[in-house]
Amino acid sequence: MAILTKDEAFALLKKVLAYSKADECEVNLSGTDNGNVRYARNSVTTSGRISQSSLVVSSAFGKKLGVATINEFDDASLEKVVRRAEELARLAPENPEFMPFLGPQKYAEPITYVPSTAAITPKQRTDLVEQSLNVAKSSKAVAAGFLEDNAGFSAMMNSKGLFAYNTSTNTNFSVTVRTSDSLGSGYATRGYNDVTKLDTKSATQIATDKALKSATAKAIEPGKYTVILEPAAAAVLMERIFFGLDARQADEGRSFLSKPGGKTRLGEKLVDERVTLYSDPLNPELPTSTWSGDGRPQEKVTWIDKGVVKNFSYSRYWAQKQNARPIPAPDGMIMEGGTKSLEDLIKGTKKGILVTRLWYIRDVDPQSLLLTGLTRDGTFYIEDGKIQYPVKNFRFNESPVIMLNNLEELGKPERTVSVESNQNYLLPPMKIRDFTFTSLSDAV
Amino acid sequence: MKRRDFIYLTGMGAAATMLPGIPVTGRPITPEEALMPVDPALKKQMADVALNAARSKGATYTDVRIGRYLNQFVITREDKVQNIVNTESYGMGIRVISNGSWGFAATDKMDKESIAKTAELAVAIAKENSRLQTEPVQLAPQKGYGEVSWKAPIEKNAFEIPIKEKVDLLLGVNDAAMKGGANYITSLLFMVNEQKYFASTDGSYIDQDIHRIWPTFFITKIDAATGKFETRNALSAPVGMGYEYLYARPQDKIQGITTLYKGRYDMLEDAKAGAAQIGEKLKAKSIEPGKYDLILDPSHLWLTIHESVGHPSELDRVLGYEANFAGTSFLTLDKWQSKQFKFGSNIVNIAADKTQPGSLGAVGYDDEGVKCGQWDIIKDGILVNYQTIRDQAHILGLTQSQGCCYADNWSSVQFQRMPNISLQPGKEKKSIDDLIKGVEKGLYIIGDGSFSIDQQRYNFQFGGQLYYEIKNGKIAGMVKDVAYQSNTQEFWNSCVGIADASDYRLGGSFFDGKGQPAQSSAVSHGSSTARFNGVNVINTSRNIG
Repeated sequence: MAILTKDEAFALLKKVLAYSKADECEVNLSGTDNGNVRYARNSVTTSGRISQSSLVVSSAFGKKLGVATINEFDDASLEKVVRRAEELARLAPENPEFMPFLGPQKYAEPITYVPSTAAITPKQRTDLVEQSLNVAKSSKAVAAGFLEDNAGFSAMMNSKGLFAYNTSTNTNFSVTVRTSDSLGSGYATRGYNDVTKLDTKSATQIATDKALKSATAKAIEPGKYTVILEPAAAAVLMERIFFGLDARQADEGRSFLSKPGGKTRLGEKLVDERVTLYSDPLNPELPTSTWSGDGRPQEKVTWIDKGVVKNFSYSRYWAQKQNARPIPAPDGMIMEGGTKSLEDLIKGTKKGILVTRLWYIRDVDPQSLLLTGLTRDGTFYIEDGKIQYPVKNFRFNESPVIMLNNLEELGKPERTVSVESNQNYLLPPMKIRDFTFTSLSDAV
Repeated sequence: MKRRDFIYLTGMGAAATMLPGIPVTGRPITPEEALMPVDPALKKQMADVALNAARSKGATYTDVRIGRYLNQFVITREDKVQNIVNTESYGMGIRVISNGSWGFAATDKMDKESIAKTAELAVAIAKENSRLQTEPVQLAPQKGYGEVSWKAPIEKNAFEIPIKEKVDLLLGVNDAAMKGGANYITSLLFMVNEQKYFASTDGSYIDQDIHRIWPTFFITKIDAATGKFETRNALSAPVGMGYEYLYARPQDKIQGITTLYKGRYDMLEDAKAGAAQIGEKLKAKSIEPGKYDLILDPSHLWLTIHESVGHPSELDRVLGYEANFAGTSFLTLDKWQSKQFKFGSNIVNIAADKTQPGSLGAVGYDDEGVKCGQWDIIKDGILVNYQTIRDQAHILGLTQSQGCCYADNWSSVQFQRMPNISLQPGKEKKSIDDLIKGVEKGLYIIGDGSFSIDQQRYNFQFGGQLYYEIKNGKIAGMVKDVAYQSNTQEFWNSCVGIADASDYRLGGSFFDGKGQPAQSSAVSHGSSTARFNGVNVINTSRNIG
């Protein structure tokens, strides 16, 4: 299915709702075109193009809900999927946490769609990959990378009169360059809504430089070090805070934001006062959808303000139970920073370690949000404001909450991509003191 | 599905962090629809359309996978059913070689015209890819098997069991845990049926029916006074079985400090034990960091095998095909060629096996039409082999693939995935108690927990579910805040004892992620309880104020 216009989506959804005999009915419609190219050993390995669309019908009788989906859009199929959702609803056990669907809402006009990304051709993709490969080859290094682009739309309508529509595009690129003797490795990643902003050549140049410079890594003792986390490294730690902002987990006492006696840290200072985290669907650098999947408007929300926890996200059920404002979980997260570049942060560092990328992040203790993982693809020792030499990779055991209390300095925020979740964020490079490395790794 | 969406789906929050992202692709269907397979004669007709269309456009090799992928997930918490999800995904993936390059395209429109167009698109993509190709694909020869079929040897198709029985089981489990003192429990049943058909220009038409099941739970208990909380996850294993996995018999249980399960699983009993143990865990002593001899139960050791043996012996990682995401491997070809790379101690024998009954990796043929078998990876401590597919076999001097090719959906391109990789039992008669008896200062670890390993698979850190301190050959009580860190080669060379075959059990991963775009696969790892000497143990407790 091509990307439907707002009018086309409205007409189709209206037709589906007309078949409903349930107490309440809600319909979500979406379609995406995805293209990707994967390469390794300086050669393309696979590439694909996948077009998918789906129509999800949720029918409710009282507190009994049935959900059915279909990817055919003729009248008979549309009626069939509505009947199937109703059958499933009749069979379903009553869910005491069921919430009646929302009535009409007001949404801001989204800015997530860029026509140039939707119009990308197979040749453009191959050219972008070729530019990356040429950089690696000219340095006699070996590149492995992945380029993917998406264009899609989503729309929803329900029997209470709610209608929402959004289109969006995105492109994510990542590349790992290794020296031909496998002794050095470097990495770079980029994410944009607009593919014309993607410069695979410059990103691959950074990865190549890191690979060449990291080839003679020295082992230094694990322990507590001042680190400068590049935005891609910070992203995989910071997103564990973002994912943990759920009110129910905190209220139930099983989150790092819980306190004894059923209390939470809402309203309390959690981290350094220079830390401010917010989400804003209309941020031009990181635009996201102006509504959530259940129809709630997405608006600008400050989650942590000058170190103080200001807001939690809620399911509609939990918000009603707790008599709280039902703020949905955000799609993108933005952290305020300063004006300094990564180079400026390095210049101002007496002794420290520059971290390009962190890898294989896992929770060790949810109570303190203690995480473990390793540095990878470019770890360098800094002394007297200069990168002195590459160092062997480390395993860390650190909590991002403790880390943000040991904040030294923030640089200028930039858009980056989490290697763990594939989500895009706007984050500053950050200088942290006493970051805990617990062992050495021989991995390159 | 993204990890965040899974958390939303289950409402598990912190507990979900123990699981990787779960790809739920496909459309929800009624349970009854899952029981009607597609006629193989029809699949052969559709496959021939694709094979002929690709050949006519210049493909020198083509394979076609027609897949019907069924999932049923039942998710509950405390006294509520949170979600029942039935999905089906049906379509065709076509892979070709043209101009010496791979091309792939997939469609869910199963009319002749759409199939032919998709085959032509795959050839066009192969030709475009060949522009940046440095070495043409070399495919190991493979004989055609004609029209054959294979079915997983299950006793009870889980999709035939009424939803009510499944819901009653999970709500019963939750009730038992809550009565036992738990504050929260999420319990889940995952069921998968892959009905897949493979055809290639080698002359194979292979119809297969594969079943998998995973019952699991996550219990949380909070100490109201201190606000401290602990979790205890199920000791079940995901398996390549039907619903019979949940009908445990006395011979399926190993009695010890907690009941361990062999072949079949008693979910209710484990939930009761879990609720009691989590209370004990809250009061347990925090571990003193240092060197300990570890006794590792198969419900824990499977994950260490998976990460430190399974992944580094994947030949595509060794060669650099996964360098940008999952990483490469320390098991480089020169180590294999030397025939003397001491991966582990002399008693360490690790084998690959795609045929083991009840395992997640068991199939008749892989996703490029190669009949499955068994082979050694580590023999008497020495690296002797890897895991390969058809376009890599020549690198090892093999004339045939080892049958390790898999795609998680018709719409995904198949690539090298891990077969079951298992530690072979000790040859001398030895029980768990015999292993514990010999330890002066040690830890007995049951169940899998936090896991992390570097991109070449040297440095790892693992946690578990239950930790018991061993003093002078006896269990001295429960401890907590434990993780061990080691280096793969040091760790396997510190293996000094493995219990005999009577203790051999399977663990496994239902959702093992690899590749870009990420694909998931299911794989089992068997072992008997084993002892590792002098491993570094850290204390994971922190205070954030």
